Amino acid sequence: MSMTQSNGPFSFLYADKGGQIFLAILFGAAVLVPILNLVLPASSVFHMPTWVVSLLGKYLCFALLALSVDLIWGFCGILSLGHGAFFALGGYAMGMYLMRQIGDRGVYGNATLPDFMVFLNWKELPWYWHGFDNFAFAMVMVLLVPGLLGFVFGWLTFRSRVTGVYLSIISQAMTYALLLAFFRNDMGFGGNNGLTDFKDILGFDIQANGTRVSLFLASIVALASCYLICRYIVSSKLGRVLIGIRDAENRVRFLGYRVEHYKLFVFTLSSLMAGVAGALYVPQVGIINPSEFSPANSIEIVIWVAIGGRGSLYGAALGAILVNYGKTYFTGALPEAWLFVLGGLFVAVTLFLPKGIVGTVPSFKAMTRSRNSRSETAKTATGETDG
Amino acid sequence: MADLNMNPDAAPILYLDGVSVSFDGFKALNGLSFYVEPGEMRAIIGPNGAGKTTMMDVITGKTRPDEGQVMFRGITDLTRLDETAVACLGIGRKFQKPSVFENHTVYENLELALKADRRARKALFWRLSSAESDRINNVLETIALTVLRDHIAGSLAHGQKQWLEIGMLLMQEPDLLLVDEPVAGMTDAETEQTAALLRKISKTSSVVVVEHDMEFVRSLNTRVTVLNEGSVLAEGSLETLQQNQQVIDVYLGR
Repeated sequence: MSMTQSNGPFSFLYADKGGQIFLAILFGAAVLVPILNLVLPASSVFHMPTWVVSLLGKYLCFALLALSVDLIWGFCGILSLGHGAFFALGGYAMGMYLMRQIGDRGVYGNATLPDFMVFLNWKELPWYWHGFDNFAFAMVMVLLVPGLLGFVFGWLTFRSRVTGVYLSIISQAMTYALLLAFFRNDMGFGGNNGLTDFKDILGFDIQANGTRVSLFLASIVALASCYLICRYIVSSKLGRVLIGIRDAENRVRFLGYRVEHYKLFVFTLSSLMAGVAGALYVPQVGIINPSEFSPANSIEIVIWVAIGGRGSLYGAALGAILVNYGKTYFTGALPEAWLFVLGGLFVAVTLFLPKGIVGTVPSFKAMTRSRNSRSETAKTATGETDG
Repeated sequence: MADLNMNPDAAPILYLDGVSVSFDGFKALNGLSFYVEPGEMRAIIGPNGAGKTTMMDVITGKTRPDEGQVMFRGITDLTRLDETAVACLGIGRKFQKPSVFENHTVYENLELALKADRRARKALFWRLSSAESDRINNVLETIALTVLRDHIAGSLAHGQKQWLEIGMLLMQEPDLLLVDEPVAGMTDAETEQTAALLRKISKTSSVVVVEHDMEFVRSLNTRVTVLNEGSVLAEGSLETLQQNQQVIDVYLGR
């Protein structure tokens, strides 16, 4: 009685051409990038410097974050403008592990306290830092903390039927409140400066090429598996219920579905994915600070999804990668222009590509096809009159 | 009241007892009481603001009344339940405006309405059985949408959307169907087909139809309740009601 009986385990992928291409590209990158970075000598034109590997890894983390937002926004109509909070919490959990790995190699050489605590004249480690020197414990926290916050936030809002713009505003307030809290030194998370100066991860030098490539590969694996999970969900009956909730929430309710349970399930799953993205992001960029909680960051995620194509999953990932590539380019070339470019891009996409890049390609194809066939019929028509 | 509690099979399928609802001082329902027998089809008419839609909202758990009870089968007080729980008891509701899932196909719309375990974890691994697929095909026949089964519901004509929604209610296998103005905006031919459809449905479940269209109510050929200002004004066959001076004054005469 398994779901896979005659159709094979990945039957839900058969109709998903875009997803197949997306996974193939990820697989290609997973093979190619390590070769270009580790096997080719640095003198080769095709050698990929390690900083590029980490940059790509960072884009992949953003792609996973965008995927998590697309799952709830594109398929269930929940517009979260606070998803950066889950990303940042996952990042902080990983950052705390990395801080504990520094040991006595910090500036103050204190084996039990991270530098910023020594600086603040703290005498002992706060209780909530205990356990973070254990990698497995830290990984559980990477899932548990964002997942729990997502669950509680979702339980409170969905149960009282907070929807639409009200939910968006509350989610903004949530991430803003966390931003203010994490800015405070006495919270014990490094305040304004956050957590940085990481040395090792699982005993490997965090700056080493091999570690960087491994983190990149871990990001690919996370993105690909989360894509498969999301695709399975949206192709299941649960996914069709979610789309029903997006389009006609009351109808779903009057059919006897517990709308709030369905919303809570995807919202919690989505916050878990955002947390994983944050945890992979921190070791690749080498820092986590409260700015990750800023409301503007969370809004930017929604822009990535809108530009890539809401409700297509791989489109969201593509949007995140393209926009962040643009950001890297513009903040280097024309730093003042970036925010205008981003704003302009969002306006242009909303006006001219309401389905985003991915949603527009097929309709563009259909358009040219119908134009071709129309010109052909026109040709035959004129041909007949000529004859 | 006491005897109603004794035997669920003999009890009315729906019994409203002194139901009052007010919105900001306006009494939308004012001590509304009536009952519907199992297997009965009941038409409800009344002028605008008589409380017809509010009555539907109270029965389906969308609005909580200030006073009164709504007993289902004589054993369950619906006023304590929410929409989901009411739907799961076997009460289906069709909205005035066609309310189908526009981005799903006709088939998927019916599949979502199919009577099944509604829990999220069941939906994640759910597979359609061949018996269930037969049921969907049967309903497609009943609502005359078999040819359009793979079309997106949003592309259907107005009347077809109304039928699809009725079809979705059939998939729920409800004991009681609440239908709000099913023929608003329909052509005469569509109206006739809808009446035939509802008569067919009333053979297997109780139906309450709220309607404005007198011709349609006549074609249903059933007992009629007239609502006015939130309570029952009169009840009987359409012919007797048409002779009733009060009914003519508030509704039919206009």
